[in-house]
This record gives sequence, structure tokens and C-alpha cells, in this order.
Amino acid sequence: MVVYIGFIAIFLFFAVTLYDDGFLTQRNLTNILLQTAPATIMAIGLVFALSAGEIDLSFGSIVAVSALTVAVVLQDYPLIVGVAAGLGVGVAIGALNGVLVAYLKLPSFLVTLATMGLFAGIARSMTDLRSVPVMNETFTGIFGSGKLFSLPSLVIWTAIGVGVGHLVYRQTRFGAHVLATGDNPRAALVTGIKVARIRLYVLMISGFTAGMAGLLYAGRLQAAKYTLGESDLMTVIAAVIVGGTALNGGKGSIIGALLGSLLMGMLNNGLILMNLRVSDQMIVRGLIILLAVAVSLRDSKR
Amino acid sequence: MSEQKNLLSLRNIHKAFGGVIAIQDFSLDLKAGEIVALVGDNGAGKSTLIKIISGVYTPTSGDIELDGEAISFRDASTARAKGIEVVYQDLALADQQPVFMNMFLGRELTKPPFGLLDKQRMREESQQLVDELDVRIPSAASTISELSGGQRQGIAIARATHWASKLVLLDEPTAALGVAETARVEDQIAKLKEKNLAILIISHSLDQVFKLSDRICVLRRGKQIGVRETKNTDKNEIVSMITGVA
Ligand SMILES: Nc1ncnc2c1ncn2[C@@H]1O[C@H](COP(=O)(O)OP(=O)(O)O)[C@@H](O)[C@H]1O
Ligand SMILES: [Mg+2]
Repeated sequence: MVVYIGFIAIFLFFAVTLYDDGFLTQRNLTNILLQTAPATIMAIGLVFALSAGEIDLSFGSIVAVSALTVAVVLQDYPLIVGVAAGLGVGVAIGALNGVLVAYLKLPSFLVTLATMGLFAGIARSMTDLRSVPVMNETFTGIFGSGKLFSLPSLVIWTAIGVGVGHLVYRQTRFGAHVLATGDNPRAALVTGIKVARIRLYVLMISGFTAGMAGLLYAGRLQAAKYTLGESDLMTVIAAVIVGGTALNGGKGSIIGALLGSLLMGMLNNGLILMNLRVSDQMIVRGLIILLAVAVSLRDSKR
Repeated sequence: MSEQKNLLSLRNIHKAFGGVIAIQDFSLDLKAGEIVALVGDNGAGKSTLIKIISGVYTPTSGDIELDGEAISFRDASTARAKGIEVVYQDLALADQQPVFMNMFLGRELTKPPFGLLDKQRMREESQQLVDELDVRIPSAASTISELSGGQRQGIAIARATHWASKLVLLDEPTAALGVAETARVEDQIAKLKEKNLAILIISHSLDQVFKLSDRICVLRRGKQIGVRETKNTDKNEIVSMITGVA
């Protein structure tokens, strides 16, 4: 699969060209892992949605809403309530998307385009554009700067997310039904698969992972703001496609999405180390993503 | 043969879609181990009839008995649970999934203790099934999209036979196939008979109908024109029944 080659190629390229700028230092590599954690978690949910033949464009807005929810709730309530609220909001928005798509039969592209705007607006109005600090140190430890057996918590969350996601995707009946639904909904239906329910569930999963990504942002930055998740839409979609997930369903990979996400993280990191202007970074990143996606899609057609 | 109990009885089946009468006063009995061919022009109501038997449509009126027991299928799952399987015209296969996942689609095998998929067993059982029907594919782990039309048709038939305990309905199973592939699929269908399943097959090829069936049932514009024992009729009679031209 192309993502493995691309991953190694980009890694080697930066390792050589940016050696003097410290690309290969343990600190920089760890940083890449930490920075990509939220995107990787979002990517897992998106793999489920795309595999079932749906798309979720609203996950970036869900990230902001859930991060702000956690931050606000933690001001007055204990950890567990904040976490439940943050994740619950994500799942609830996913369920809203899901009901509109699965039962009102509206196309997920349009539904989630609308809810993306809707919840971006709600995120802005929740705290009047203000950033909300997160003071709860247990929370910022678990979801941000903490460590367990000298492994950063963000790395642990990434590993748990990828492990559980991969297992559910590849080794359960639910995962098989997701793939069948995206591959051929009629075949799924006549063999007794509850296609509508699958569509609802995958959008709820995407909402859940976006909510989780919101917690990780709030934990790492020790604050929440409406801008969180805003710029992740392109990166995450690119990561997932480069990782071998089909845009029109029936095929995908969680491990591929992880590698795709790390690849995007390396790219970001490398472009920053190259000292490019932000505008040039955006242009180069856009072009490379275009190339990567084109190559991945060609590869998967064969 | 005639004393044997009926597996499926259709009595005075009517089906209308709004103003369009698709099936009118249709009655037919099927016995285990018997192949009945359903023939008629396009729009005669053949597919509609299969969908009624498989629970996709509810008849406007009429009775269906399976094994002497009156039934009304609410949907395709209840018919499947009673041992009725359909090979659809479009095959209903998930193209990007492996053969074994298609074979067990919606009924995947799991293993204790966590209820994860038992892919190995599904692969082995699928391999056995396709071997039994002599469907030649590279492996049960092959992806459907890598297979030829005949191989796919073989997979769809193997799936239906695996899950059908009573009745297999086939809607134009060889319409899209070449000569050699058609012959192979016909052999597969003949093998279902040995398993003592009742088979109802829609076909446009009279050669095929005469080769495979025990009886032929002719439909014209929703009306049942007649049922003939295959050995007591000939193509001329069937053609004139189909077209209404004597
Ligand atoms: N879902 C439906 N809604 C309305 N009319 C239908 C529907 N399905 C079939 N028909 C009509 O019923 C008649 C029989 O169709 P069909 O059973 O598909 O015929 P066949 O399979 O013999 O070609 C046709 O006139 C067709 O237009
Ligand atoms: Mg038809």
C-alpha cells in the first residue's frame, strides 16, 4: 500500500534534509506523535463513516464544541462529569447527523456540511469567542501532559484508539456490517443487515472520536477555544484517504489512517522546520496532499 | 412424486401496485427436490412473484403455505429464517469483500470468548461449499471484484444453497453469462435438486428451462397461463403460451 512507501519516503527525506534542524531528535519525533494524536483519533471515526458509505464534515466543529464543553463543565464539576459531558456532546451531535442521514435519508455530505457550520457557530457563541482555561490538573494529566510508565498519555490514547478501532473494524460483526453497508447497501439489506442502524452508528462513532479529540486538545493546551479542530478537516480527510480508505465505502484501514495521520504530522513539522512562511507552508502542504491523494486513489483502483 | 407433500403452496395470489396489476390469481405448488421454471415476457410479473415468496412484497390478497403452515412474511429476514433463499438478478454481493465474508454476509460466525469474527472457519466452510458446487475460484479469500461473472454467480448460488433449508429462488441466474459459464451454473443448479431443495427459477432461455426443470409455469401480463410437465410439452407450446399467439 502506498501509505507505507510515502511514510518512509517522507521520513527519510526530512531525516536527511532537516537533520541539522533537529528533525530526528527524540524531542521532535515525540512532538510529532503528540501533535498528531487528536487528528489520529478523528481519523479513526472517519474511517468508520467513509467505510459505511457516509462522510462526516462536521467533526472539526464537534472538536471545538466538546473541548469548550469540558472546559466549562470542569470549572464547577468533577473530572468524570466533565469528561462525560465532553464525550456526550460529541456522541449527541453524531447522533443528530446519524438520524438525519439514516432515517430521514438525507445525504451525509449535506447534513454534515450544515452541522459543521451550525456547530462552528455554536462553538463561537458558547463563550463569546473567549478561550476557557482548564485548571483541573488530573484532567490535563490524563488527557494532556501526563505520563504512564514514561509513555506520554497522548501516545497511550492514540494506541488505545487505534487498537480498539482496528479490532472493531476488522474482527467484529459490526465492522463487517459497516463494510458491507458501504460496499453494497442492497446486498447488506437483503442479507438482513440493519443498514440504517449502521449509518446511525458510524456517524455516532465519528462524533465520539471527535469528542475525544476535543478532550485531548483541551488537555494538551490546558485551554479550549472555538478554533480547535477548525484546520483539521483537510488533514484528517487526507490522512484517511492516503491510508487506503475508499471515499465511496466498502474498504479502509485503521492502521493506514494512523500512518496517514503521522505522515501529515511529519509534513507539518518538516515544513515548519524548513522555516517556510505560513502561506507557503499551506501551499506546499496542499500540493503534497493533492499528490498523495491522487497516488493513493490510483493505487487502490488496481 | 404426486403423493409427496407440498413444500410451498401459493393460492390465488394477487398483487397490485397502485393501479397496475402485477400478479393475478396465481396458484402453484412446489415439492422438495423439484425444479419449476417460471417463464414469460418482460413485465409478466416473474420478479414480483419471487419477491412475494421471499417476503420483499406482501401480496394484496391470497395465501402462502410453507410445509403446510400458513405464513405471512413481514420482510425478507423472516422468509430467510424459514429456509427460503434468493439468488437475485444483481447477485447482491459486496464486491470489495472476500468470498467468505459474502458467503456469511449478515450471518457471520464468531468465536468465544469475545465474540470476534471466526474468519478461519468462515474461510474453510466457504471453500468447502464452493468445492461442493464445483465453483472454481482461486481461493475463498479472493475478493469478489477479482472474479468473473460466472464465478460470482456460483458464489451467489453457493450462498443460497448453504443457507436454504427448503426453497431456493433464482431470478435469471445466467442472463449475464457466456456459454461455458452458463453450462457450469446449470450444473450447479442441478446439484441443488440432489440436496432435496425446491427450486423456482426464472429464465429467458427455453433451452435451459427444458434442460433443468420438472415443470414449467407460464405467466403473461400477470396472468397464469398454465403449468406443464416439462416432459409432456415442447418449445412450440411454451412459446405460444408466452406470446399468446397460437
Ligand atoms: N415496485 C413496483 N412498483 C410499481 N410497479 C411495479 C413494481 N414492481 C413491478 N412493477 C410492475 O409489475 C409488472 C411486473 O413486473 P416484474 O415482476 O418485474 O416483471 P418480470 O420480472 O416478469 O419482467 C410490471 O408492469 C412492472 O412495471
Ligand atoms: Mg424480472
